[in-house]
Amino acid sequence: MRPHAATPAPAGDFSSLLNKVIAGVGRVILGKDEVIRLAVTCLIARGHLLIEDLPGVGKTTLAHMLARTFGLRFQRIQFTSDMLPSDILGVSVYDSDRSAFKFHPGPVFSQVVLADEVNRATPKAQSALLEAMEEYQVTIEGDTHALPQPFFVIATQNPAYQIGTFPLPESQLDRFLMCLHMGYPDRAAERELLLGADRRELLQQLPAAINAEELTIIQARVPKVHTSAALVDYLQAILAHSRESPLCQNGLSPRAGLALLRGAQASALLDGRSHALPEDVQTVLPSVIGHRLQPADDQSAPAIAELVSQLTAVPIP
Amino acid sequence: MNYRFSPDDLPLDRHAVDLLMLSTGLTLMPHLPHLPLFIPLFCAVFALWRWMSAHYAWALPGVLARTLLTLTALGGISLVFGTILGRDAGTSLLTLMLGLKLLETRCYRDAVVVLFLDYFLGIAAVLYSQSIPVLIYLVLVLLVITAALIELNQPTHGHTPLRVMLRRAGVLMAQAIPLALLLFVLFPRIPGPLWGMPQDGGGMGGLDDSMSPGSITHLSRSDAVAFRVDFNGAETPLPQLLYWRGPVLWYTDGRNWSANRDKAVPPPAVDPGFTPLDDAGLEYSVTLEPHSRSWLYALDLPISVPAGAHRTRDLFLVADKPVRQLTRYSVASSLHYRTAPLSEAERARALQLPAANPEAQALGAEWRAQAVDDTAVVERALDYFGTEPFYYTLDPPPLSGNAVDEFLFQTRRGFCEHYSAAFTVLMRAAGIPARVVTGYQGGELNPLDDYLIVRQRDAHAWSEIWLEGRGWVRVDPTAAVAPQRIEQGIDSVLPAQQRGLLRDFQSDAFNALWQRSRLAFDTLNNRWNQWVLAYGPENQAAVLARLGLHSRVTTVLAVLTGIVLLLVVIGAALLYKRRRRIDPALRQYQRFCAKLARRGLVRAPAEGPAAFCARAEGQLPELSDTIAFIKHLYIAIRYESHYSSDQIKRLRRAVAAFRP
Repeated sequence: MRPHAATPAPAGDFSSLLNKVIAGVGRVILGKDEVIRLAVTCLIARGHLLIEDLPGVGKTTLAHMLARTFGLRFQRIQFTSDMLPSDILGVSVYDSDRSAFKFHPGPVFSQVVLADEVNRATPKAQSALLEAMEEYQVTIEGDTHALPQPFFVIATQNPAYQIGTFPLPESQLDRFLMCLHMGYPDRAAERELLLGADRRELLQQLPAAINAEELTIIQARVPKVHTSAALVDYLQAILAHSRESPLCQNGLSPRAGLALLRGAQASALLDGRSHALPEDVQTVLPSVIGHRLQPADDQSAPAIAELVSQLTAVPIP
Repeated sequence: MNYRFSPDDLPLDRHAVDLLMLSTGLTLMPHLPHLPLFIPLFCAVFALWRWMSAHYAWALPGVLARTLLTLTALGGISLVFGTILGRDAGTSLLTLMLGLKLLETRCYRDAVVVLFLDYFLGIAAVLYSQSIPVLIYLVLVLLVITAALIELNQPTHGHTPLRVMLRRAGVLMAQAIPLALLLFVLFPRIPGPLWGMPQDGGGMGGLDDSMSPGSITHLSRSDAVAFRVDFNGAETPLPQLLYWRGPVLWYTDGRNWSANRDKAVPPPAVDPGFTPLDDAGLEYSVTLEPHSRSWLYALDLPISVPAGAHRTRDLFLVADKPVRQLTRYSVASSLHYRTAPLSEAERARALQLPAANPEAQALGAEWRAQAVDDTAVVERALDYFGTEPFYYTLDPPPLSGNAVDEFLFQTRRGFCEHYSAAFTVLMRAAGIPARVVTGYQGGELNPLDDYLIVRQRDAHAWSEIWLEGRGWVRVDPTAAVAPQRIEQGIDSVLPAQQRGLLRDFQSDAFNALWQRSRLAFDTLNNRWNQWVLAYGPENQAAVLARLGLHSRVTTVLAVLTGIVLLLVVIGAALLYKRRRRIDPALRQYQRFCAKLARRGLVRAPAEGPAAFCARAEGQLPELSDTIAFIKHLYIAIRYESHYSSDQIKRLRRAVAAFRP
């Protein structure tokens, strides 16, 4: 029996398709292949993405690019401190012609939503978005409105030390499958950026490489990626280690474990495999768990980085 | 492979330095009373320096300064002690070097060295005291040192609460208890104190080679064991015959008795020999507690001489070296004997009398004049002690000047040394050669194990007189005064007070409670001494005999077998547990990794199969096909949804054939 004979074929096809997407985005956002790859992993795992970084490093461009290459509708919401939930969800307005209220959907009714500087808004506005993310629907005045599918939120967040921020509570951070940091481009990439064509023009020229239906099929394939007992052992070893560690307040939750598993499956699919490997777990581990851990009371923020590197080094059983 | 290894050269943080200070400080505490003052002071300065360096970035001394400090320390210690060896100088040196080590403690490795020195110095404290409070304190110190050691090996240094650290160390130490107990019971013991250096033995003095009024009396208050005797199953001789012969004293100045006029010149060690009158000698073995003198006690008179000892002209046994550790020897004695003739020189020595004690000399001369022969004089003397109001007491009044006269005619209260001295003087005054013999008399039979315990309070002195035709004859004047002392042992004549019972008893409830707890503590101490400190070769043999292990060889074999078996069982259990968890594919993969490791390609614990094989293929391109094949099979078996036993076989064959 050939090793692959038991598995249906399409995993590889998806992979080549998705890698084309990644390559396309990579032509616009230079030197950030890893981040792009993780963002795509997050997208096909049906997870929402949080990008935490300084302004001007390409967060919006990344969101825009993803929406475009996946052929999805894109909306951007700039969060401000005076924002109200209706500014996100939409509002019912009286239509005098029909003598009835008519619902005007807000910017959230889109396939890709870029929630820019989400921690500038008040908790009330934040939770409106976060509820939509969790439920894939919006309820206003008793009426439930389903959100379009696929639905993918990319939220950006300024570093917490900047003034005028309302940090997202831990329970809401948990809703994001991954948290990525863009970081500055390297020297060569930045030079090309400075000398090369305008990014906006490039963006407009980029054709959609995949359509929404295909994306839905791919997303449905992710949970079917095989996770063997050995892999789950490894994952549980990581969870156990985090729970024993004195560095963090609480260990990883079962939800974090699920997120890790789903991320590993998506990563495997992106790699063209029908089974997840420990390497897949390691690939997604920092971005999946980084924002879910709080340093213990007597620890400082770098303790979490230390813990993440320890967890990446947990021996593979 | 532990992925938590701290790199050895990781610089120590403040927390680690604080832990070192704490452990070292606590370890030093029990040594404070016996260290010269400058040593703890220096150590405190060094520790403070290191602490300031950790907290306020003070510079530590360089190599030159440290070398100078070390040489100064060595010089100082050899100046104070005259040596750098031995218990006191050695402990001081260790302490000072530990203090100096703090000054060059920069990284993880140094810290571990300091902690191990702490362990060592902590254990050195039992060279000074093995009492229960010290031992309890040392256990706490060990706990702290172990906690510090564990803490240093944590992935990130510091910040663990002390309570958690101590709990971790406590669990570790609790786990070590069974092994420690096993080794304590089974590990072959060497003769000597449980802790201690050869020159430290012999705390209790025991008998001296001289005698003066009160010198034996002070021993009568000591419960310490002098020696134990095992008659090897033979019946114990009657109490009247249990005279354990020690130094023989010839010379007196009227008050004090000594072996020789000039202590520096011992009497010639020529053994005159004697004629045993028994059919066969009585054989027994003696376990002598250290007493810092060289004589060995044996029943009157020893026939055989143990190895490493000789029999003196006075017919007692002397070892070649002072007895500084528990010594066991076998000897045979003849209880009835006739000694060799007396030389003229000896006769002169046995009749030596100073001018002191005129009344006693007059009394002796008077008896001589009235008696028909020597035996009559002896009987007269014993009769005198028996009928006149003489008392046997542990609290004799002090004697001055003509001690014998004063005792015979005024105080008439004395202990054995008074009676033997007075008797010997009387005999010499009557012209009968006489000498004083010191040693022990009697002993307490331990019915459980059937051996005789002779304690310091059994110390005794008696006389020997020379009778024509019979040789030296033992005469014990104490027996004439207090026959029960000889027949029933010393306890029968000691008042209860002096046997250590209910001293200062008052009906007051508080006093009663105090008394009880003091007795309870005494009992505890006694058991500690018996079960732990006195657990030497003797007790071990007894315990092992009860377990059915008799000879030394079987003991050692049993210990080794026990330990090996234990390790095998533990190892097998661990292996079995691991084997069960490991599926066959993983075992093959581990073999594969081991083969690659021999080529220098070591898999990191967290390196996944795909990543590792990719690395291996890169480094060994000529084998890349095989490696890829093995990787393919392994991943298929272990991580894919379906695999067959056929694949496992192919993997096994592929790994077996793999020759990197």
